Amino acid sequence: MPLAFPYSAIVGQTEMKLALTLTAIDPSIGGVLVFGDRGTGKSTAVRSLAALLPPIEIAAGSAYNLPPEDGETAESVPTPVIDLPLGATEDRVVGALDLEKALTKGEKAFEPGLLARAHRGFLYIDEVNLLEDHIVDLLLDVAASGENVVEREGLSVRHAARFVLVGSGNPEEGELRPQLLDRFGLSVEVASPTDIAERVEVIRRRDAFDRDPEAFTMTWAAEDGAHREAILAARKRLAEVTLSDETLGEAARLCVALGADGLRGELTLMRASRALAAFEGATRVTRAHLRAIASSSLRHRLRRDPLDEAGSGARVERVVAEVLPA
Amino acid sequence: MTGAAAWADAGLAAALLAVDPGLGGAVLRARAGPARDAWMEMFARLAADRPIVRVPPGIEDDRLLGGLDLAATLAAGRPVRSAGLLDEAAGRTLVLPMAERTAPGLAARLNAARDRGSDFALILLDEGAEPDEAAPAALADRLAFRVALDTVAMADLGSEAYEDVAAARARLGAVAAPEDMARAMATVAAALGIGSLRAPMLALRAARAAAALAGDASVDHDAAALAVRLVLAPRATRMPEAPEDDAEEPERETPPEPDKDENRERETEDERDDDAPIPDDVLLEAARAAIPQDLLARLLAGAAFRSPGAKGGGAGDERKSKARGRPAGSMRGDPRHGARIDLIGTLRSAAPWQPLRRRIGDGADRVLVQADDFRIKRSKRKAEKVVIFLVDASGSAAFARLAETKGAIELMLGQAYVARRQVALVSFRGDGAEVLLPPTRSLVMTKRRLAALAGGGGTPLAAGLATAMGLADQARGRGVAPYLAVLTDGRCNVAMDGTPGRPRAEADARQVARALRATGTRALVIDIGNRPSAPARGIAEAMGAVYLPLPRADARALSGALGAAMEGAA
Repeated sequence: MPLAFPYSAIVGQTEMKLALTLTAIDPSIGGVLVFGDRGTGKSTAVRSLAALLPPIEIAAGSAYNLPPEDGETAESVPTPVIDLPLGATEDRVVGALDLEKALTKGEKAFEPGLLARAHRGFLYIDEVNLLEDHIVDLLLDVAASGENVVEREGLSVRHAARFVLVGSGNPEEGELRPQLLDRFGLSVEVASPTDIAERVEVIRRRDAFDRDPEAFTMTWAAEDGAHREAILAARKRLAEVTLSDETLGEAARLCVALGADGLRGELTLMRASRALAAFEGATRVTRAHLRAIASSSLRHRLRRDPLDEAGSGARVERVVAEVLPA
Repeated sequence: MTGAAAWADAGLAAALLAVDPGLGGAVLRARAGPARDAWMEMFARLAADRPIVRVPPGIEDDRLLGGLDLAATLAAGRPVRSAGLLDEAAGRTLVLPMAERTAPGLAARLNAARDRGSDFALILLDEGAEPDEAAPAALADRLAFRVALDTVAMADLGSEAYEDVAAARARLGAVAAPEDMARAMATVAAALGIGSLRAPMLALRAARAAAALAGDASVDHDAAALAVRLVLAPRATRMPEAPEDDAEEPERETPPEPDKDENRERETEDERDDDAPIPDDVLLEAARAAIPQDLLARLLAGAAFRSPGAKGGGAGDERKSKARGRPAGSMRGDPRHGARIDLIGTLRSAAPWQPLRRRIGDGADRVLVQADDFRIKRSKRKAEKVVIFLVDASGSAAFARLAETKGAIELMLGQAYVARRQVALVSFRGDGAEVLLPPTRSLVMTKRRLAALAGGGGTPLAAGLATAMGLADQARGRGVAPYLAVLTDGRCNVAMDGTPGRPRAEADARQVARALRATGTRALVIDIGNRPSAPARGIAEAMGAVYLPLPRADARALSGALGAAMEGAA
C-alpha cells in the first residue's frame, strides 16, 4: 500500500473536510455525499482520512472485520476504505455462495462481499450517481439497517455491515434518487478553487508529494497527528456533550421552515452538531454549531423542485439566516 | 497543425511518457491505421522495459481482478486461482482498444488500481468519430497526453531519434523546477478554461520530464512550453484572451502566496534568479499555437459533449439480462461474468451422469460437476426509456409561443424526472436541427439548455425529425426505448437539404415522419400553433403519433398524454 497524501495538506475544501471529520467522530451521522467537479481531491480526501485514523482491532483473520471476542487473538488492521466500483455485480457487493468451496468440497459456504469488508470503515463510491439502481437499493437497505442479509442460492446469512458511506459524483452527469440522497447524512458541494494562489498551492503540494512521498508525509505528520488526536478526543467527549431542549427546538424549527422531508434531517442536525461541539471541545451544542452544519445536513433533503435554478445550498443559507439569526 | 508537426509532437509525447510513466499515459485519438501502429511501435521501443498488455474492452472481472479458474478447478478438484491483469499491471503499459466504448465499470476499476499505487501507464486507443464519442472523461483526466494522429500522412511518419530515455530517467529525479512554475501552469490552465487541477499537475510533471529528456538540470522555457503544448492545449475549453491586453492580468491580480511566509521569500529570491521566472504569456502563446483549430467549432457545436464519459455510461444503459431484473428461468451458461448460478438446476443437470462419471473418474465420493452442467439464472428487465423532446424554435408560430412551449416541456421534464427516465433535447430552426442535449438524467443540464434555447428563423421540420430519429436509433442500440415528443406547429418551410420552399419542405417532413413510423418509435405531436392546424395533424398521422393541440392542453392533460403514451411504449 503506497503512502496516502496527508490529510492536513489538502488545500481548502473546508466543508468537505469538516463533513468527513464529523462522520469519523460519529459514524452514525450516516455518510457523506460529495458532489462537484473532477480533480478537486474528492477521492484523495477519503483515502487520506482513512490513513489518518487509528487502526482497528479485529479478530485475527476475520473476513467480517469483527472485533475480537474473549480468547481470540486480536489483529490490528488499517481502517478499511473499500471502493465500490461502478458495474460491480450484486455478488461482489453483498457476497455470494463460495463457488470454490461448493465445487471442490461440496460445502455450502458464504463468500463475503464488499459490504463485509467495509464494516467499521468507509465504503467509497465514486460516481455514485451512475450506480445501477438495483445496487443502490441494496446499499440503502444495508446502510439503514447496519446489517447485510443474504438470502440466495440456498444460503441464509446475516452479518453486521456498518460503514460510513462516502459517495462522490458530478451532478451534470446525472442525479440521485431522493431516497438515496436522504440516506447520506451530510452533503457537500466542492468546486475547483477559482483563486489562482490556492490552485498553485494545490499543485505545489501535490508535486512535492509525488517527488518525495516520505519526506512530504513527514513534514505533515505532526499536523496529521494532531488531527487524529482531536478526532479521538472528540469521540471520547461525544457522549458528554449536552443538547438542550431549546437547541432541539431550534433544529426542529429550521427543518419545518425548510420543509425538509422526514425526521432524518433533524436527527442528522443533532448528531452532526454534537460531533462538531465535541470536536471543538465544547460541552454543549449551541446555535453556532447548528448554523455551521445546517447546509451540509439539510441541502439534500429539501423537497425537490426539479426546475429550481438556485442551488438548494443557497435556500438553506437563506432560511438559516431567518430562523436562526446569529 | 501540419501532419509533420503533429507527428513530431506525438513522438515527444511518447518519449516523455517513456521517461516518466507517472504521467499516466496518453489518449491516442486516431482510427486504426499505419500512423497509430507506428506510434505504438515507437512507444514500445522507447519504453522497452515496460511490456505492453492489451486489455480487451469487454474484459470480465475475473480476468481483470483475478479469480477462480473454473475449468482448471474442476479438472484438478482443488481451487486453482488465476491472477488478474491488474495484479500484473505494475510496471507495464496497459493498452485499451476502442476506448470510446469503455464501460464505466472498467474505467472505475482502472482508476481505483492506479489510485492504490499500481504504477502502470495507460494508452487509450480512442477511435471515436464524433466529438461526443470519446474515452471516459474520468479516465482521460488522469492521463497527461492527448495525441491526435488524424492529420498525419504516410509521408510524415519518420523514425524519430530521441536522446537516451534511460539516461533521461536517471536525470529525472534531480531535475529542478523554478518555484513559480506551478503558478505559471495554474495560470495557463485557468486562461484556457481547464477546471481540473490534475491538468496543471501533469503539465508540471511533463515539464520536468521534458527537461530530463533534453539533458537539462532544470526546467527551462522550452521544456515548459512543450509541456503546455502537449498537456494543456489539447484540454482547452476556451481560447485564451489576446496576449497584449488581458492574458497577464490574472497573474497581476493574484495576491502573492497566501499563508506561507517561506514560500514568499523563496519566490522573491527566485525572481532575482537568472533562469527563473518564465512569463506566463510565453507559455500561453505556446498553448494558443497548439490549440486544435476546430476548437471553436467544436465548442459551439458540442458544448454539451464536454463530459462524454458520463453519457451513455449512465446507469440506464446496456443492461445485461443475466444479472438483473426478475428471474425468468435458467439456461446453460458460465456462472461467472456477473451471472447468478442456478444451483438446483446445475445439480439436476449433473445428477443423471453421476454413476457414469464415478466409474470413469477417480472414484471420489462427491458430486461430479462438469462445466457443461452449469445453469445460470435468467432475468427479465423492463426496458429503460428516454424521452426525446423535439422543439420547433422557428419564427413562425413558436416565436410567439416559445415561452409556453418551454413551460410545457418543463412540466413533462418534471414528470420524466420522477419516473427516472432519461431525457434528450433537440431543436430545429433556420436551416437545420441541433442536438441540444444528448440523453441524460441530469435535470440541471436540461434546464440550462432549455433556458438558453432561442427562437427565430425558418422551420426545417424534416431535419428536426431526422435528427430525432438518429437519437432514437442510438437509444435503441443501447437497449433504451425511445419516446418522441414533438412540439411544432407543423408549418414547415425548409426542406431537408436546407433550401426554403413550402411544398418540398412538407414532402420531406412527411417522408421522414413515415420513416419514423416504420421504426416503431412511439411519438406524441403537440401542436403549438395558435389554433389546431392541419399540417401538424398531418405530420402526426404520418408518424402514427398521438396528436394534442397545446391551446386546449392544460398541464394535467399534457402530463397525462405523455404518461399514457409512455405506458403504451412499455
